[in-house]
Amino acid sequence: MTDTAFHPEAEQGDLAPGDEHKSGDIGQRVLGYVVGFVLASALTVASFVLARSTLVWTPSIPVALSVLAVAQIGVHIVFFLHMTSGPDNVNNLMALAFGLLIVLLLVLGSIWIMDHLNHNMMPMEQLIRMQR
Amino acid sequence: MNTATAPAGASPRGDAHSHAAGLSEHPPRGHAHAQPSHEESKRIVVAYGFWLFLISDIVLFSAFFATYAVLSGNTAGGPAGRDLFDLRMVAIETACLLTSSLFCGLAGIGAQLRSSRLFHAAMALTFVLGAAFLAIELHEFAGMVAQGAGPTRSAFLSAFFALIGCHGLHVFAGLLWLLTMMAQVLAKGWRADIQRRVLCFNLFWHTLDIIWVGLFSLVYLVGVSA
Repeated sequence: MTDTAFHPEAEQGDLAPGDEHKSGDIGQRVLGYVVGFVLASALTVASFVLARSTLVWTPSIPVALSVLAVAQIGVHIVFFLHMTSGPDNVNNLMALAFGLLIVLLLVLGSIWIMDHLNHNMMPMEQLIRMQR
Repeated sequence: MNTATAPAGASPRGDAHSHAAGLSEHPPRGHAHAQPSHEESKRIVVAYGFWLFLISDIVLFSAFFATYAVLSGNTAGGPAGRDLFDLRMVAIETACLLTSSLFCGLAGIGAQLRSSRLFHAAMALTFVLGAAFLAIELHEFAGMVAQGAGPTRSAFLSAFFALIGCHGLHVFAGLLWLLTMMAQVLAKGWRADIQRRVLCFNLFWHTLDIIWVGLFSLVYLVGVSA
């Protein structure tokens, strides 16, 4: 970790997605996975407890679950896939960012449009009556 | 790796020297060079290409998910999510997949250390947990079909089975790939191309776990709490 910090020229290379800086010793790398596992488990348990909880205002639960899911996905990306914001990860991160853009457009766009269609559509019973 | 050869407090020049010395006794992977060796750059290109595939796979899942999100209320008078989902089973599934992700990461470290024992032990545990996940999911599907809540019952259930089934199929393919990698390491040893495949498998398995995080949160938990 400290080794590459002294070599600005070494930072110009790219790192394969999923690879870590190799200078960290094995104990540190195993610890990285264990820390990620503990954080992800904590967020998972929080989600499951929250889903059945009656202590919070019910309409807020789906929003809170989404936030916890995004947080856990972040933990997976950092601790399991080893994505960093460093210059050797720019290509990996740009691909991921573009993928996220498409995912958000697809999911939010579908929900938005279909919701409006549902609002503007004639109720089904009325439609069936007209067709008779 | 290079900490063994570099003396403590070595100057940057001295480090560069020990890199060169390290090359002769270690295979040339694992060092950040200004100009990576052929094998290192091939590892980057292969893993990056596979990463692009995985991102397109995530986009595929998002299309299935958008379908589910739009249709999740259309139960056609049939059972809704809160009548069907058993959160205890989902919790066990989640625990299986998350722990298998941890072991998969350890197997990746084992591969980079060229430690066959660590690699095979961690891969075997990954397989067992992944197979347990799949078995519980199939049991859940069979139970739903048996109580008349199969994919033909309503638009909600069609979308549900398509989305969760697509993830299950990916896990099944991942398990086959896992066994293939164990066999290839046994038969061919730690060649550079085998190392690349192990890295790609690692990315694949972690991505499946990431997708499952979205599914258990937004399909099962939101479905039960809604």
